[in-house]
Amino acid sequence: MSQERQQKQKKKAPPPTEEGGATSPEAQKKGRRLKEDMDRLLDEIDSVLEENAEEFIKNYVQKGGE
Amino acid sequence: MPIKKIFGTETEYGVTVSGPGDVSPVLVASMLVGQYGQAELRRVKWDFQEENPLRDARGFEAARNREAAEEEGALVNLVLTNGARYYVDHAHPEFSTPETTNPRDCVLWDKAGEAILASSIQRTHEVLPPGARVHVYKNNSDGKGNSYGTHENYLVDRGVPFARLAASLLPFFVTRQVFCGAGKVGSEEAGVDDVTFQLSQRADFMEAEVGLETTLKRPIVNTRDEPHADPERFRRLHVICGDANLCEVASFLKIGTAGLLLMLIEDEVLDVDSFTLASAVESYKVVSRDLSLAQTIELANGRHVTALDLQWEFLDTVKGYLKTGRASEAVEDSEWPEEVVSRWEYVLTALEADASTLARELDWVAKRDLLEAYRDARGLEWDDSRLQLIDLQYHDVDPERGLYNKLVADGRIERLVSPEEVERAMISPPTDTRAYFRGMCLARYASSLVAASWDALIFDLDGQTLKRVPMLEPFRGTAAHVKDLLDAHPDPLGLVNALQG
Repeated sequence: MSQERQQKQKKKAPPPTEEGGATSPEAQKKGRRLKEDMDRLLDEIDSVLEENAEEFIKNYVQKGGE
Repeated sequence: MPIKKIFGTETEYGVTVSGPGDVSPVLVASMLVGQYGQAELRRVKWDFQEENPLRDARGFEAARNREAAEEEGALVNLVLTNGARYYVDHAHPEFSTPETTNPRDCVLWDKAGEAILASSIQRTHEVLPPGARVHVYKNNSDGKGNSYGTHENYLVDRGVPFARLAASLLPFFVTRQVFCGAGKVGSEEAGVDDVTFQLSQRADFMEAEVGLETTLKRPIVNTRDEPHADPERFRRLHVICGDANLCEVASFLKIGTAGLLLMLIEDEVLDVDSFTLASAVESYKVVSRDLSLAQTIELANGRHVTALDLQWEFLDTVKGYLKTGRASEAVEDSEWPEEVVSRWEYVLTALEADASTLARELDWVAKRDLLEAYRDARGLEWDDSRLQLIDLQYHDVDPERGLYNKLVADGRIERLVSPEEVERAMISPPTDTRAYFRGMCLARYASSLVAASWDALIFDLDGQTLKRVPMLEPFRGTAAHVKDLLDAHPDPLGLVNALQG
C-alpha cells in the first residue's frame, strides 16, 4: 500500500452517527419526522406518476439518434 | 504544458406523446424545436462546410455518403442567442451547449438546455390536439435496448497522440461511473437478468474499447475527429459513454474531472500502463452492476483494484500535478481545478463510507434511494412497472412531473446554479468564448444571417453576396474582444467591414 493511500485511509471519516445514540427521544422524534416527510413525498409522487404504468412503459420506445 | 480547456455537452432527449392523435417521435421532436424558435431564428441554417462526423481521429475516413449524413442532420435546426445549437437529430430533440471555459459554466448552460426543453413542451401543447401531452426525458435509454446519447466535448492539444489519449481515458471512464452514473432499473443487455439496479444508463450498450461508431457496437472512447477549430492545433475529444446527469454536482464532477485528467495527459505525467485494464468493456459492466462498490476489476499488470481504488489514484495524481503549478497558465486565475478536486475527494470519501449520504449530490444514489423508499412503502417487487416508471420519470424535464425536479423542490438536492442564472443562460451566451460573438450576432443580426455553425457565421448583406466570418479560434470573439465592436455597429454591413478591415 502506498504512503499516500495510507494517509487517505486515515482521513476517511466514520459513518455519521446521531449524538446520544439512536434511542434518545430527540433521535426518535427526528426519525419520525423524516419518515413523515418521506411518506408525504411518496404520496406526491403518486399524484404525478403517469397513469397505467405498465401501458406507459410499454409504449415508451425510442429509435435512432447519435 | 496543458492547453486552456473548452467544455460543452450535447444531449439527445427522449420524447413521446400520450393522449389523442398519432404523433410520431420525429414529428414531435421537430415541433419542440420549431415551436421554440422565433421565425427570425428559424431561417438561419446550419453551415455544414466544416462538419464531417466520419473523419476518424486515428487518421482515416469511414466510407459513407457524406451528403446523406448532412441531409439527415438538417431537418430542423436553431442556433440560439445563448450560442447553443438546438435541433432534431433523427427522432430526438438535441441541445448542444455553447462553448464554456469551466465546468460550472458548462453545467449552467446544460441546465439551460433542460429549461429550454421544458419551455418547448408548453409551446408545443398549444398546437397539439387538446388532451395530447408531450413527455421529454433527459436520460439515455428506453428500457428496451434503445439508447441515445449525452456527449461531452473537450478541447485537447492536437499534439497528443490519439492512442495515448484513448489508453489513458479508458480506465478513467470505466471507474467514474461511481459518481456520474445516472442509475437504471434492470439491465438491457441480452441474457443478463439478475440486475435489479445499476449505476449507469449506458454500461449495457458499451461493446468496444475504441471506435468511430456511436449507434452500433458503441465504443467507450469515440474517435470522431471534428475539431470545430484550427485542426493543426486542436482536437475536440468527443466522449459518448457518459450518462445524462440531472444532479448538478454529478454533472460538475463528470466534466471537471475529465478536464483535469486531460491536462495531465497533455503534459505526459500520467503513467498509462499502471492504470490499463485487462478488459475495459467487461469492467465497465462490472462496475456499473456492483452497488457495493467493493468488487475488483483486473488490470493488465495483474493487479486487482476496485473502481474507487482507481479513482483515488487518479485524484492523488491530479492533486500532485496541480501542486507543481504546471497547469496554472492553462487555468489562468480560475479556481475550478481546486473546486473539482475538493468535491471529488469529498464524494470518494463518502462513497467509501456510505453511498446513501450522497443522495443530494449523485443521480444514481438519489434515484436508488427514492426507488427503495417507494418499493418499501408500497411493497413492490423490483420488476414492478411502477419502479420502471419512477426510473423514467426521474428524468422528465417538466418542472411539475419530473421526479428529480420534485426532489429539488423538496429541498433534497444540492444545487450549484440558481434558477435566475439558468433563466439568463437560456437567452445569453457565455462571455468568454466565441459563443459570445455567435450568440450576440443571432440576437442582433439574425435577419442578415443565412447560416451559422460552431466555427463560422455567414452573412447576407445585400441580397447578393454572402460573407463568411470564420471563427476557428474558440477563445476569440469574447465580450472583451468584440463587445465594443458590436455596440459600435448596429448594422451588420458595418460590423463585417470592420471585422475584415
